[in-house]
Amino acid sequence: MHVAEKLDTDLKELVVKDRLQGAPVMLECSDIKKVYPTKKGDYVVLEDLQLNIREGEFISIIGHSGCGKSTLLTMIAGLNGISGGQIMVDGAPIRGAGPDRAVVFQSPSLFPWLTALQNVMIGVKQVFPHASKKQKLEICKYYLNKVGLGNDFDKKATELSQGMQQRVGIARAFALKPKVLLLDEPFGMLDSLTRGELQDVLLEVWQREKITAVMVTHDVDESIFLADRVIMMTSGPYAKIGDELIIPFERPRNRIDVLEHPNYYDYRGYLIDFLEG
Amino acid sequence: MAFLELKNVCKSYINKGITTQVLTDINLGIEEGEFVAIVGFTGSGKTTLINLINGLLEPDSGEVLLKGKPVDGPGPDRGVIFQNYSILPWLTVYQNIKLAVDEVLPDLSKKERDAHIRRYIEMVNLTHATDKRPAELSGGMRQRVSVARALAMSPQVLLMDEPLSALDALTRGTLQKEIINIWSKDQKTALLITNDVDEGIIMADRIIPLKPGPNATLGPEFSVNIPRPRNITEINKNSTYKKLRNEVLEYLIEVGSTRVQNDGVEYLLPDLKPVMPGRIWPGKRKKSEKVKYF
Amino acid sequence: MMKDKSIRIVRFIGFGFLEPLIRLLSKEEPKKNTVSFLKKAVFPLVSILLFISLWHSGASYLYSIEADRRIEKAMNDGGETAASEMKKCIESGSITCQPNTLPSPKQVYTAAMALLQDHKIISQKKDEFYVKVAGTNKQRAAQGLNEITYTGRPSFLDQIGTSLKTVFAGFLLSIIIAVPVGIIMGLSSTLRTAMNWLIQIFRPVSPVVWLLLVFMIVKTLIQDPDMDKSFVISFISVGFCAMWATLVNTSMGVSTVDKDFINVAKVLRLNIGQNIFKVILPASFPLIFTGLRITLSVAWMVLIAIELLAQSPGLGSFVWEEFQNGANDSNAKIIVAMFVIGAIGFMLDRIMITLQKFASFNKAEIA
Repeated sequence: MHVAEKLDTDLKELVVKDRLQGAPVMLECSDIKKVYPTKKGDYVVLEDLQLNIREGEFISIIGHSGCGKSTLLTMIAGLNGISGGQIMVDGAPIRGAGPDRAVVFQSPSLFPWLTALQNVMIGVKQVFPHASKKQKLEICKYYLNKVGLGNDFDKKATELSQGMQQRVGIARAFALKPKVLLLDEPFGMLDSLTRGELQDVLLEVWQREKITAVMVTHDVDESIFLADRVIMMTSGPYAKIGDELIIPFERPRNRIDVLEHPNYYDYRGYLIDFLEG
Repeated sequence: MAFLELKNVCKSYINKGITTQVLTDINLGIEEGEFVAIVGFTGSGKTTLINLINGLLEPDSGEVLLKGKPVDGPGPDRGVIFQNYSILPWLTVYQNIKLAVDEVLPDLSKKERDAHIRRYIEMVNLTHATDKRPAELSGGMRQRVSVARALAMSPQVLLMDEPLSALDALTRGTLQKEIINIWSKDQKTALLITNDVDEGIIMADRIIPLKPGPNATLGPEFSVNIPRPRNITEINKNSTYKKLRNEVLEYLIEVGSTRVQNDGVEYLLPDLKPVMPGRIWPGKRKKSEKVKYF
Repeated sequence: MMKDKSIRIVRFIGFGFLEPLIRLLSKEEPKKNTVSFLKKAVFPLVSILLFISLWHSGASYLYSIEADRRIEKAMNDGGETAASEMKKCIESGSITCQPNTLPSPKQVYTAAMALLQDHKIISQKKDEFYVKVAGTNKQRAAQGLNEITYTGRPSFLDQIGTSLKTVFAGFLLSIIIAVPVGIIMGLSSTLRTAMNWLIQIFRPVSPVVWLLLVFMIVKTLIQDPDMDKSFVISFISVGFCAMWATLVNTSMGVSTVDKDFINVAKVLRLNIGQNIFKVILPASFPLIFTGLRITLSVAWMVLIAIELLAQSPGLGSFVWEEFQNGANDSNAKIIVAMFVIGAIGFMLDRIMITLQKFASFNKAEIA
């Protein structure tokens, strides 16, 4: 890793104390290639992309708009076809979309004719058909409460603000108990202060189950605060993984402590240099 | 006496018989040539504040003074840049700016006005798009037209209401640099409303947070003592910057944390293993991008 | 609380202009609400009165022109005496020599009252008739024969009833055909391209032509002489004429469901049935409902023409008969019919709007 070259030596020790040491690989992307046919010929968005993520790891992917990070995410989600290479989750190649790779979309995409509870319930019914009605209800209420909507179960999706809708989106994804949680710039549409609130909410729910998570974002501070590892993608065409940065901050993470950490701005500078350079 | 001053300004709205006190006791003084950024939460009344200064709204109590005189309705001496550009889609770039210039500078000859307009188009780097219509321009370019139009009116105060919020990160960075470049040439008095602390630090001389509503007031001031020009990669290593940024962010976190809602009710999560439902769409193959139903 | 509730109800059914009145009565912001009430309720009322007075003066003007012409004609045919006789006759208001032109509001009102009176008489006669044949009908029913029905002239209100029945039957037919076909078309782009020519060619076809088409088909298929063929022909024609709006809107609504919703359905792996009923239909409901509203209003419009030709005893044939009659108050009766047709059309649309508000999840989309 390039981190150790540029930072203090005591950081090297932190890197070794990697909490995920020994964890099995959950998500494996090998030789990924994505081609879009256009009028002027084939446009190769991604080529020769390799990515391995271990179980319980939280990865954030940063890069410029249009570099293909969303494309990669939708390919892992199964909503986008793969032109070459293979994506394996938990040892098996993926086939189409599924709740094992739950997605939190950029726009909440709640069904506006349903209430918050019903939106989560529709997913719960799909993955827990063997559960009793009471259990299903408990699952929905548990996650909605965790994201801070304990009083808003029966509000129609249209009566909730953008931030609250996105909370339901998070609850809906977690309630599916996915193997991999995929987040596609989930807070991009929110103002930077609501974004902070929702980042805390996300970590709060994630903390319990430590689901393998991949989050695409363009906000450098967000990626440092949330992730164990920040993956930097080069710009398209022919985009691939450019660089990696391990974030050794201990969990659970407190925002002020993270901001005050002596190396915070070094990490931040490293990422900004990558984006600007 | 400050150039632009707000003294004890209060504003409320009445909707269906319910009074909402949006802004309470706003006190603000901006010196001539100063660039002030107000950082606030969504819905805290930022737009109300801008509209009080540009004259579209009147305060319930208190005064809004420009150069000592109370503000009376909108006028070209206060140029405004809105979030959603507000440029007329059936006019070209040139014609949009011409519309504003003709209003404000009727005394100039046609040739002088033409030169004036072209100077500002050049300033925002849109000379190649002078005769294009908004539909042919990207979001960033449209916002530049808005900037050029506001500046071409030679306002005394430049008001910007979250002008870059609707743009992607890259364009946002570029436009921040451009606006600051333009501003430093004329050194107009400027007030920027934003929800991004970094934007405020890069651009302003002073940052003032607006506390969340209702009854929003202005928080404590933070001076930005970082020399211009400010470069986003280099500033990251500046210790003044780090300290300031943390101060502002921590203040906002503290103030904002009063908004979190939760009852303290605990729900139990049943311990169940999920099941992979159903079969995937018929006809779905790895190669196809779209799913056709049949 | 009562005030808020009543305001909500009033807004819901589309009589929003009553809202300031309610607020006034509860002494809320008298100045603003008086102005608001004036704007919303009084000004339209004033414009209605203005319209009626314009109409009256127009009708009087036409009346005097026609009257003068008749007197002149009498003069040319029979000389002075005939002319003055004609003049006296016109002034006396006797029906034999009234000018036959655009009726005045008063005449229309008189005609309306006459129609109502007529309805009372006829329904009375109907009741008496049914009392008379009750016994006979019971016998006939026991023997398996059809009952004797009243075959006298239908009254105006009966005709309105028939028209309403026909329009609803036609509307139902449109829904039954157009919605399922629209959904299937929306789901498959190949089907859309395949059927596009059909829709484009048949959509602008005039109701009269549809009537003839349906007449040809129904005449061959249904041989039973007793059955009221005119009703069947009418409502089928109305249905076919009006269903295109629903078809196109449903197809468009289904095919343009927000991609994000489809993505969510994919991630949750909903099967086809769940996908259609839980995601696609609710998402496309606003567009479908707009199509239904258009269909209903088109159905009501073409109904009159179709009834006229199909001889179905509804408003359409009423108008035609009055026109053929050429009796003195026929013109007035036709105008009465016009207002009734307009009022019913307005009411039907209002009902649809209220229904839409019940079922909609995004109130802003309703026109």
